[in-house]
Amino acid sequence: MIAHLVVAPVLLPAFAAAVLVLVRPVRLQRALSLAACAGVLAVALLLFAQADRGLHVVYALGNWRPPFGIVLVLDRLSALMLLLTALLALPVSLAMSDAEDERGPYLHSLLQFQLMGLNGAFLTGDLFNLFVFFEILLIASYCLLLHGQGAAQLRAALHYVVVNLVGSSLFLIAVALLYAMTGTLNMADLAVRMPQLQDSERVLAHSAALMLLAVFALKAALFPLFLWLAPAYSNAAAPVAALFAVMTKVGIYAIVRVCPLVFGAAAGESALDLRLWLLPPALATMACGALAMLASRRLGGMAAQLTLLSVGTTLAVAALASQAALSAALYYLAHSTLAGALLFLVCGLVRAQRGDLGDLLRRGARMPNAQSTALLFLASALAVTGIPPLSGFIAKAMLMQASTGDAAMPWIWTFLLVTSFIAILTLMRGGIVLFWMVRSTPGAHAPVCGRLAAATISLLILAVLLSVFSAPVKRFTDATAVQIIDTEAYVRAVLAVGGRP
Amino acid sequence: MSMELLTAVGVGVLAMAGVYLLLRARMFSVLLGLTLLSYAINVFVFASGRLRVGMPPIVGSHGDYADPLAQALVLTAIVIGFAMTAFVVVLAIAAHVRLGHDRVEPDAEEMDR
Repeated sequence: MIAHLVVAPVLLPAFAAAVLVLVRPVRLQRALSLAACAGVLAVALLLFAQADRGLHVVYALGNWRPPFGIVLVLDRLSALMLLLTALLALPVSLAMSDAEDERGPYLHSLLQFQLMGLNGAFLTGDLFNLFVFFEILLIASYCLLLHGQGAAQLRAALHYVVVNLVGSSLFLIAVALLYAMTGTLNMADLAVRMPQLQDSERVLAHSAALMLLAVFALKAALFPLFLWLAPAYSNAAAPVAALFAVMTKVGIYAIVRVCPLVFGAAAGESALDLRLWLLPPALATMACGALAMLASRRLGGMAAQLTLLSVGTTLAVAALASQAALSAALYYLAHSTLAGALLFLVCGLVRAQRGDLGDLLRRGARMPNAQSTALLFLASALAVTGIPPLSGFIAKAMLMQASTGDAAMPWIWTFLLVTSFIAILTLMRGGIVLFWMVRSTPGAHAPVCGRLAAATISLLILAVLLSVFSAPVKRFTDATAVQIIDTEAYVRAVLAVGGRP
Repeated sequence: MSMELLTAVGVGVLAMAGVYLLLRARMFSVLLGLTLLSYAINVFVFASGRLRVGMPPIVGSHGDYADPLAQALVLTAIVIGFAMTAFVVVLAIAAHVRLGHDRVEPDAEEMDR
């Protein structure tokens, strides 16, 4: 039973999604969805404990011996991402139960499909299978984005879908090229074959590698492939946008997983210079995100640009590829996912209380629950910009520490500090307009959004826990970074799996 | 040799037409472009297993065989591509009904939001 647990994070949401399509009563849907999310969280915790022993758990689907079949590989990195997704999914499911799911009957089902795609992408050890899971999570995200069916959402979804379909096409070209050159799509086997390529084959393999990088950069919303993000994220319903906070992280995960393993130092002459290809675009992403934040006229827009900012920050430091840098980047990734989702949920609370004005930064009536909302906004702003005592401060301090002494240190420090300052400035402006520059006449009757508030508070608690337990989390990300760099262990673990009869 | 050339030219022309149409300002052209591009890629994925005629897709004793994996991959890619195209068609129709036009660019009033 325990041996098959690795596949549970994919199967459990798949079954839950299928059942949820058939279930009509919205109360039952909510209960089932919450139960499925709790189940995935329990499985993720078990797998996390298993991965923390430091070994790679390889699950050969259909018992096909690697490199011939599809394998799922559980290591510290995938366990971390699974746990992060599960921790995010539970509050998101709760937030969706707050009247949002009455506007569309398949909302919970789509959430489960999205989880299935995310978990599959984090677990798979096969490049084509990664493509398939990407498609699953994308089609779910298209439908989730369309939830609510406003005109702006439709427009944003149209662009988002077309851009991602082109991205998927590039992904297929890259996969086909790699298969033509190496004859395999198993990541571990690819890592073995890459150094053995001839010079003529290496050129094609390199173009495939760069195309893969472009696809992952598109999913992560890296400069110059980031323009789809802001309209999509700022127009999505609040719980959906909160879930999307982990979507860009899939791109980052794919870069961190595939690039060191297949095109890393072990590939010899076939290696790809990550610093060259990632660092300048990541810094440019940070700059664009910060500038666009200054220009945004809605709280949702600000939160979307902050997602962009966090992507740039994570990848700028991850591009240094040292063990300390990777560890800090992973901690920051966990923090920025939770904090970004938190801000999106706060944005949902603001939207619910301001009627037609929504989250537009314009003078409006006083919100019915202005005090508690303002406190939540303040806490999320502190977390997301990196002011003590929440996890953002610790994460950014780690990032700066990790890049100390590196040749790129002046660049990273400058961009990190200036963009953080801009983020603080813009969120302050947003807070002032939303909570202080209000008409004294109270607004309409307060809508009840208890579940949304509960979800927001639970995410806030997670952010607090992330800073309270930063030492054990940092120890785990340290070990994760060591495991990422030690690609040989990954290859050995996957290829050593014999076919049991 | 001629088969390789024919396939390469076919993929190239399809991809070229697809990219050209993708860059147009109307949703209908973009849709056609996406479809053509996915055709080009399907043929490309198929060709990544090397082009062989009349060979069994099994690793046989006489050594020469047609790669079955590339065929399996292209089958998956076709299914996914077909579903995605269907989805975009529905989306484009919904957008046409809702927004009253099929231009890709937003209007000035939409930009304002």
